[in-house]
Amino acid sequence: MAEKEQDFRESAVVRFLRATEVDTRLLGMIGALMLIWIGFHFYGHFVNGYGAFLTPRNLWNLSVQTSSIAVMATGMVLVIVTRHIDLSVGSLLGFTAMIMGVMQVWVLPKFLGLGHPMIWAITVVVGVAFGALIGAFQGFLIAYLNIPAFIVTLGGLLIWRGASYLVARGETIAPVDQTFSLIGGGPYGTIGATGSWILGILCCIGILLLLISGRRQRIRFGFPTRPMWAECLIGGLGSAVVIGAVMVMNAYPWPKGIIRRYAAANNIEVPEGGIFISHGFAIPVLVAISVGIVMTFLANRTRFGRYVFAIGGNPEAAELAGINTRKMTMLIFSLMGALTGIAAVIASARLKSATLALGQFDELYVIAAAVIGGTSFAGGIGTIYGAILGALVMQSLQSGMVLIGFDSAIQQMVVGGVLVLAVYLDNLYRRNSA
Amino acid sequence: MANSQNNQAAASAQSALVEMKDISISFGGVHAVEKASCELYPGEVVGLLGHNGAGKSTLIKILSGAYTRDSGSIFVDGKEATINNPRQAKAYGIETIYQTLALADNVDAAANLYLGRELLTRWGTLDDAAMEAETRKVMNRLNPNFTRFKDPVKQLSGGQRQSVAIARAIHFNARILIMDEPTAALGPAETEQVGQLIHQLKNDGIGIFLISHDIHDVFDLADRVVVMKNGAVVGSARTEDVSKDEVLGMIILGKCPPGATPGPGASSD
Repeated sequence: MAEKEQDFRESAVVRFLRATEVDTRLLGMIGALMLIWIGFHFYGHFVNGYGAFLTPRNLWNLSVQTSSIAVMATGMVLVIVTRHIDLSVGSLLGFTAMIMGVMQVWVLPKFLGLGHPMIWAITVVVGVAFGALIGAFQGFLIAYLNIPAFIVTLGGLLIWRGASYLVARGETIAPVDQTFSLIGGGPYGTIGATGSWILGILCCIGILLLLISGRRQRIRFGFPTRPMWAECLIGGLGSAVVIGAVMVMNAYPWPKGIIRRYAAANNIEVPEGGIFISHGFAIPVLVAISVGIVMTFLANRTRFGRYVFAIGGNPEAAELAGINTRKMTMLIFSLMGALTGIAAVIASARLKSATLALGQFDELYVIAAAVIGGTSFAGGIGTIYGAILGALVMQSLQSGMVLIGFDSAIQQMVVGGVLVLAVYLDNLYRRNSA
Repeated sequence: MANSQNNQAAASAQSALVEMKDISISFGGVHAVEKASCELYPGEVVGLLGHNGAGKSTLIKILSGAYTRDSGSIFVDGKEATINNPRQAKAYGIETIYQTLALADNVDAAANLYLGRELLTRWGTLDDAAMEAETRKVMNRLNPNFTRFKDPVKQLSGGQRQSVAIARAIHFNARILIMDEPTAALGPAETEQVGQLIHQLKNDGIGIFLISHDIHDVFDLADRVVVMKNGAVVGSARTEDVSKDEVLGMIILGKCPPGATPGPGASSD
């Protein structure tokens, strides 16, 4: 009797998954993330007497801290999908940050004058272009000279770290341009409560339009469609997550000191209880989300993305189908470099300076994020959203451990262990689903 | 005017669809193919036979653009053709079904069918719906039992994978079709299907190279056989002029029977 009930329940779950076409892997990852969040919160609550994790302040910080890793992880997915690896991203981030620091602190003010409004834009373009160029160079060595990516980028790991020392003789370059520093977040680098609401509502409309157009396409070609309730459920849940995120971001107010300065500068009377000014979404988070959307589009809707996955699935077949696999490899590494440039903008803007240690060990976090997000080292499998979630998982672990007071030695050990465990779980998952 | 067109048509009917002349290639000092020549006419099925390592697959990979020859020339419709990579070969209407099938295992049938030739929407993005719809049509004709359009092809059976590879080769108006061991991995019923397909394509005027190490696979299907041994062509013969045993002698001993035209690789005694 009980057994029968079990059968029925299982098949209901299976039917639910089939109807909604939800990736079970995605569910697993969200589950793990929730577990980490709740675990850290309650650990803090019971052991330290204060649960600091599930607070608007921590979640806001978490979103900003995740941005730079998430941006790079989206590129690492494509690199690993094509059976390569890029160990140089951390050092390359440091190097491009240093180049950008020199550019905006030493070079550009000489020609344009300090605080010129174009400084930040030129700096960003130079940084991203520099990253793309170095990435393309590494890709060239890998694709056309047949040097394994592991070796080329391992060399890059040392070379670019050394190069960033040479650029400024080990000095820390600060302070960066005012506008530039907004890209790193901070109270001024946010879009506020109203902006966040507008963005959130636009996102909800976007989700709705995507669902509708997807359904129309399927009907047009007579393919099976999801049942209506499943469509509504997905749309509803998606919108709920977006609106929830907006509310959390808006629940974190500016600190008192910043408000006092802001009020003084704008001649606003501060009333008795203080003013509540929301942070809202931080600019680096918006950058990361935009990168995620563009990369998802690139991976799923363009020839470039299709070739990336085909090469990963069977490089020889891709070559025989007429795909220029060498050129593709070079482009993929160039894209990785450009994304590292963007991540460097976020990271150095957040610190308001370019330091020698910037980006150290980032390659490990980025690779871990991609792998935890379901990118397979066997090639051909991986998703952009998975990598972004993976970055969030890694960063949650990291900052959770800081919050509950683990010291950095233990943090490193846990992060390393999680990486190995994630690959093992991935193997198990694939064996069972194949 | 009409007369001259007729003359041209007559001339091209006589000229070979594809002609390979004195093709040589070596890998690190090993002469995999040496001065091999063969031709293929419209609507003709040529069996390319030889032991493993005789050079038949290498020769055909030169035609399909997977390898670049060291010397020799290729003519398509009597004109010298430039074939240095798979894309150029496809531009001449040369399509290949490889022994390994050369499928990207992690993507679905439609993605494989259109690999390298994707249909795009007017915004330049992939038109997956159109590709899937077209794939459904093609597969319905080729293999009506095929229903798994959403699955990555690694989850398909050997026969289903084969149909995807065949569909890819014939969907883009192939004029010259190369099939490398097309029935090696198939059961009897599927082998029979491939045989029927070859007849049908032949009637459409497509020239077909059938590559096999097993004479029984190709003897009944082929109009002509070309036998290779140690990288050189032993000779060629119309299947009606020779017996299976004689062809076997060509494969094993390199001995040309009276009904065959000897090539440079024929043994002298």
